[in-house]
Amino acid sequence: MALKMVKGSIDRMFDKNLQDLVRGIRNHKEDEAKYISTCIDEIKQELKQDNIAVKANAVCKLTYLQMLGYDVSWAAFNIIEVMSSSKFTYKRIGYLAASQCFHEGTDVIMLTTNQIRKDLSSPNQYDTGVALTGLSCFVTPDLARDLANDIMTLMSHTKPYIRKKAVLIMYKVFLKYPESLRPAFPRLKEKLEDPDPGVQSAAVNVICELARRNPKNYLSLAPLFFKLMTSSTNNWVLIKIIKLFGALTPLEPRLGKKLIEPLTNLIHSTSAMSLLYECVNTVIAVTKIVLIIVRINILSCTVVKYLGLLAMSKILKTHPKSVQSHKDLILQCLDDKDESIRLRALDLLYGMVSKKNLMEIVKKLMIHVDKAEGTTYRDELLTKIIDICSQSNYQYITNFEWYISILVELTRLEGTRHGHLIASQMLDVAIRVKAIRGFAVAQMAMLLDNAHLLAGNTQRNGICEVLYAAAWICGEFSEHLEDPLQTLEAMLRPKVTTLPGHIQAVYVQNAVKLFAAVLTRRETAGEKQAAQETTEMLIEKLPQFVQSADLEVQERASCILQLVKYIQKLQAKEVSVAEEVTALFAGELNPVAPKAQKKVPVPEGLDLDAWINEPPSESESEDEKPKAIFQEDEPKHSRPRLTELDEQELARRREARKQEQANNPFYIKSSPSPQKSYQDTPGVDHIPVVQIDLTVPLKVPGMPISDQYLKLEEERRLKQKQEKKDKKKKKKKEKHGKSRRHDSAHTESEEDIAPAQRVDIVTEEMPENALPSDEDDKDSNDPYKALDIDLDKPLADSEKLPVRTHRPSRTEGLKSPDVDTTAEEQRPKKSKEKDKKKDKERKVCYFSGHKDHLFNLLQNPSNHQHLNYKVYDIQGNLQDGSQVVVSVIFENNCTDFLKSMEFNVLDSLNTRLVRPSGASVHDGIAVPFQLPPGVSNEARFVFTVQSIVMPQKLKGTLTFIVKTEDGSTHEKLDFKLHFTCTSYLITTPCYSDAFAKLLESEELKVNALKLDSINMPFHHLLAKICFHHHFSVVERIDSCASMYSRSIQGHHVCLLVKSVSMPSCGQ
Amino acid sequence: MMQFMLLFSRQGKLRLQKWYVPLSDKEKKKITRELVQTVLARKPKMCSFLEWRDLKIVYKRYASLYFCCAIEDQDNELITLEIIHRYVELLDKYFGSVCELDIIFNFEKAYFILDEFLLGGEAQETSKKNVLKAIEQADLLQESQNEDWGGLSSDDIL
Repeated sequence: MALKMVKGSIDRMFDKNLQDLVRGIRNHKEDEAKYISTCIDEIKQELKQDNIAVKANAVCKLTYLQMLGYDVSWAAFNIIEVMSSSKFTYKRIGYLAASQCFHEGTDVIMLTTNQIRKDLSSPNQYDTGVALTGLSCFVTPDLARDLANDIMTLMSHTKPYIRKKAVLIMYKVFLKYPESLRPAFPRLKEKLEDPDPGVQSAAVNVICELARRNPKNYLSLAPLFFKLMTSSTNNWVLIKIIKLFGALTPLEPRLGKKLIEPLTNLIHSTSAMSLLYECVNTVIAVTKIVLIIVRINILSCTVVKYLGLLAMSKILKTHPKSVQSHKDLILQCLDDKDESIRLRALDLLYGMVSKKNLMEIVKKLMIHVDKAEGTTYRDELLTKIIDICSQSNYQYITNFEWYISILVELTRLEGTRHGHLIASQMLDVAIRVKAIRGFAVAQMAMLLDNAHLLAGNTQRNGICEVLYAAAWICGEFSEHLEDPLQTLEAMLRPKVTTLPGHIQAVYVQNAVKLFAAVLTRRETAGEKQAAQETTEMLIEKLPQFVQSADLEVQERASCILQLVKYIQKLQAKEVSVAEEVTALFAGELNPVAPKAQKKVPVPEGLDLDAWINEPPSESESEDEKPKAIFQEDEPKHSRPRLTELDEQELARRREARKQEQANNPFYIKSSPSPQKSYQDTPGVDHIPVVQIDLTVPLKVPGMPISDQYLKLEEERRLKQKQEKKDKKKKKKKEKHGKSRRHDSAHTESEEDIAPAQRVDIVTEEMPENALPSDEDDKDSNDPYKALDIDLDKPLADSEKLPVRTHRPSRTEGLKSPDVDTTAEEQRPKKSKEKDKKKDKERKVCYFSGHKDHLFNLLQNPSNHQHLNYKVYDIQGNLQDGSQVVVSVIFENNCTDFLKSMEFNVLDSLNTRLVRPSGASVHDGIAVPFQLPPGVSNEARFVFTVQSIVMPQKLKGTLTFIVKTEDGSTHEKLDFKLHFTCTSYLITTPCYSDAFAKLLESEELKVNALKLDSINMPFHHLLAKICFHHHFSVVERIDSCASMYSRSIQGHHVCLLVKSVSMPSCGQ
Repeated sequence: MMQFMLLFSRQGKLRLQKWYVPLSDKEKKKITRELVQTVLARKPKMCSFLEWRDLKIVYKRYASLYFCCAIEDQDNELITLEIIHRYVELLDKYFGSVCELDIIFNFEKAYFILDEFLLGGEAQETSKKNVLKAIEQADLLQESQNEDWGGLSSDDIL
C-alpha cells in the first residue's frame, strides 16, 4: 500500500516517469533504439533543470537505461547531485544509480567522499543505510582509506540495522585498503558476540571470508567459533562457521578430532540439505573419513546428484579406493540427461583409473563417443579420453599398441576440433615410446593411405591435423616401414594439395625422408632401375607442390625438387646415392620439455637486453625491408647454387653443422645419454607377450581394433598369472624386467600387471643446470595476498586509521549532535606552514586559500635548492586525544632525482615523533616515496602530545640522497616545526545560554592582556580570530564580543574581546 | 562471496543486475550476454549449477524469470539456491504475488529489497520479517517526505 501511494505521488508530478519510459520502450519494439535516444535527449533536458525532483526522476530513468545496456557514464555528476539531496526519496535513487553505474574507473567518485561521510553520520538510519549499501558497490581504495574510520565508528552504532551493514562493508574496505584490517579487527571480533543475531552473522561472514584466504592468522579465534557453532541454531551462520573450520583444520590437526562429533551430529540431525552438504565437505577436508558418501548417492534429485559427484571428487584425492568401488554408479551418470552431471562424472573417472581398469573405462567412454550427440560433449569426451590415458606420463597404460589404436579410432570422429590434440599424442607416443614405433608407423601409413577419408571436408574439419603427425612419423621412422614406396605414393597424391599449408609442408619434407628410405632399400637390393623410377616419380609429382600458394610448401618443394634432379643426374652416372641422401636426415630427434628453454639459467655476465651492435636507425631498417621481400620474389637466383654443391662442400657443411650443434646447448646431442640406453638393455625377451603377432590380423582399415586389444589383454593377464604360478612352483627367482622407469605408488596388484611391450618412456629433456623452480605457476597478483596480516600482534601506535585531513570540509554539518561520535571526536587542528628556501631570501610565507588558521611558520635556515617542503596540516587524531598528525608536502625543485629521504625530529618531553617499534629516538622515519624532478608528494607523521596548553617548536632534519648524472650526494635540510596552542582548537558553535552557564560555573581561569599595536576595524579583527584561531562568535554587542572554542582534549576556551583593547582569556 | 546476481526473462531480457565486484561496463555486458545464452540453452530438467570460468553459476527459474548468481569456488551452491528463493519470497511478500511486470515497472524497489537482503555479496539479514520491516519504514519515510513538500524531520518518523 505504501508503494502505491509513493507511485501515485510521483505520477502526479512528472510528465514522463520511469513507468512511462518502460511502457514507451515496450510500445516501440520496432524502433527501440530511436525511441530511447529521444528519451535520453529529454533526460538531458531534465538534468539541466534546477528542480531536484525532476533530476532524480531523470536519474532513475537513466538507471533503467543503464540496465538495458546504454552508456550513462556521462551523467555521473548528476547522479552525485541527486545523491547529495537532503531528501531520502532522492538520495535513495541517487545511491542506487551510483551503485549501478559507478566503478573504480569513474573519476567523479572522489567528489563523493564528503557527501558519503555526511550521510554516514546522518541521524537518520536510512540515510546511513543507503550510503553504506551504495558504498559497498563502488568503494575504491581512496574512498576506503578516507572512510575506514567513519565506518569503523558505525560498527558500534546504537542501531543493529547500521551495525550489521557497517560490519559487512568492512570486508570491502579491507580488500581495498588492507592497512585498515589490523586497527579494525578488535572491534570486528567484538561483533562476533553482538547481542543482535544479524550483526553477529555479519561478523561471522566477514571473518569467514578473511580466514578462507589466510587461515593461519585466524587460528586463535577457533575456540570462539567452536562455541558459536555449538550454540547457534541459525543455519546461515552455521554454514559459514563450518566452512571456516574447513579452512582452519589443515593448519591445526587437533581441531579435526574436536569437530567430528558436532559435525556428525549435524549431519544426522539437520534437515537442511545445504547445511548437510557443507558438513560433508568439511568432514572430507577435516577428518579424511568417508562415512556419508552413501547417503548422498541414494538421493536421486539432479541437484544433489551433482553435488554428490562433486564431493566424491574431493574424496577421490585422498581416498581413491573408496570411490573406485562406486565405479558403476559413476559410469551410469555418464548416461544422465544433464551435461554438467556427465562432465562431473568424467572428471571423477579421470581420477579413478588404474592399470587394471583403464582399458575397460576407456572402452565405455568410446561407446559414449559414438553415441554422443552434440560436438561439445563429444569433444569433451575425446579430450577426457586422452587426458585419462596420458595422465602422469602414461602411468596407467600397459599396452601402447592399444593406445595407438584408440587414437586412430578417434580420428574417425567427424567435426571434432581436437585434431591437433590427437596429433600431438601420436607424435608424443611415437617419439617417446621407442618400442612402439614399428606399430605406430604401420598404423600411420594406413592413415596416410586412407587420408581421403579424413580430408574429405578439410576446411571445417580439424581432424586432418592428424595427417601432420602421421606424415612426420612415417618419414622420421621410415626404417620401420614395410613398404615405404607405397606410403610415398600415398603422400604424393594430387588430393594432398587440398590440405592446409603447414601439413603439406610436412608432407613434402617427409616425402624426401621416405625417398631416402626407398633408395636405400633398392640399392642394397641392387635394383638400380627401380631406384631411378622412384626418382622419376618424385620429379613428376613434386611440381604440384612448387605451385602451392603457401610459401613454406613452395620453398621446401622447389628446394627438394632441385635436390632430386641432382640425384637423378648422379643416378644416371650409376653413382650410388642412397647413403648421402640418408645422411641428410641423420641423427635422432629427442623430445624437449616445454619449459626447457625457460629454465636455462642466464650465464653470468650476459646481459640479454644490451645491444650487440648499435641499434640501426629507423630509416635504415625501413630501407632494408622491401629489399628482402623483393628477393623472395625471385628465388631462382639462389637455386642453381644448391645444385653446384659438390660432395666436399656438403661434407664440410655437415661438419660445420655438427660443430655448431655440439656447441649449441639447446641441441640434443647424439651422445649416449642415460635415457637412450633402453633399447640395448637385455630383458626384452622375458616378456612373453611380445611374441603374439598382433599386427597382422588387426590391420584392417576402418575397423575398431582397440576392443580386440582388450580381449587380448585379458588373455595375456590370465596367461601371465598362469606363468607366474608356474614360476613360483619352480621357485625361480627370475624377475620380470620392470619396465617402468617412473615408479609411482601402485598397489601391489597393479604391479603384477606387466606391460605388453617393453616400454621405455623417454623423459623430456631439460637443460643441465635448469632451475628446479616452478614459480611460473604462482599467481603474483592475488588481491587477497594483501590481507595476509598477523592480527594477534598488538597494535602499534602508528597503526591508526587515517582520519580526516586538510580537505576543507569542516564547515559542513558534521558537527550534528551525534551521540555516538561526539564522545570520541576531536576536531582536527590545522595549520599551514610553508617554507621557502630559494637562494638567500628566507621568507615566512603564509598560505592563503584555506579557511584554516595559518600559524607561525618555521624557517628553514639552510640554503637549499633541492627540496621545498611545507607543513600544510597539523591536526588532532580522532581516535586519540594525545596525537596529532602532521602532513608535510615535499616538493622537488631541482632537476635531479631525490631518494632515500628520512625525516627526523628532535623530540621534546612534550611532543614526540611516533617511530616504528624498536627504533631509537635518533632514528628517522623513512619517507615512503622518492621524488623525480618537479614532483611533489605528501607524507604524514604522527606525534604524541602530552600537554596541549603550551606551544611547541621542534627542530628536525631531513636527510636525502640527490642522484645526479655524475653520482649521488647526501644532502640534509634542517627545519623547525611549530605547534601553537590554537592549532589544537576546534571551531565549535556555542549558544549564549550555554556560554553564560559556562562562565558562571567558575571552572575557568581568567587571564587578560592588552595589545596596543592593532589598528584594524573591529569586525576584521573578529573575522581574523575566527579564521586563524578557530573561534566562533557567541555574541557581539557593539565593540565587545564573546567568543568560544574547544580543544581536542575537551578544554573550553572563552574569549572576550573589547575594542578598547582589552581581550581576556579564560580556561 | 557472491560475485553478482542477474535476473532475466525467458526471452533473454535483463531485468535486474547487481554486481558485487567492480567491473567495467563492457566486461559486465560481455558476462551478461554469455551467461544469459548459456543458461537459457539449458533444458528444464538439468542441474541448477554449472561451472563457468573460475566461478560457479547457480540459477533457478521462477515462472518466466531466471535468477542467476555467480559464486566463488568454495561457496555453497545450496545456500545460494536458498538465497535466490528467499529473495523471491521477499519480492512476493512485498508486491503481493509478484510477477515479471512488477519487477519491470518497479525495478528500483526490487533493488532496494535486494540491498536490504544482501550487502557486498553476503547475506545481511536472514530474517524475512526484518528485511520487509526495513523496506516498509524506508518507504514510509519517502512517502511522508513526498506529501510534505517542505520536508519533514526524519526523527519524527523513526
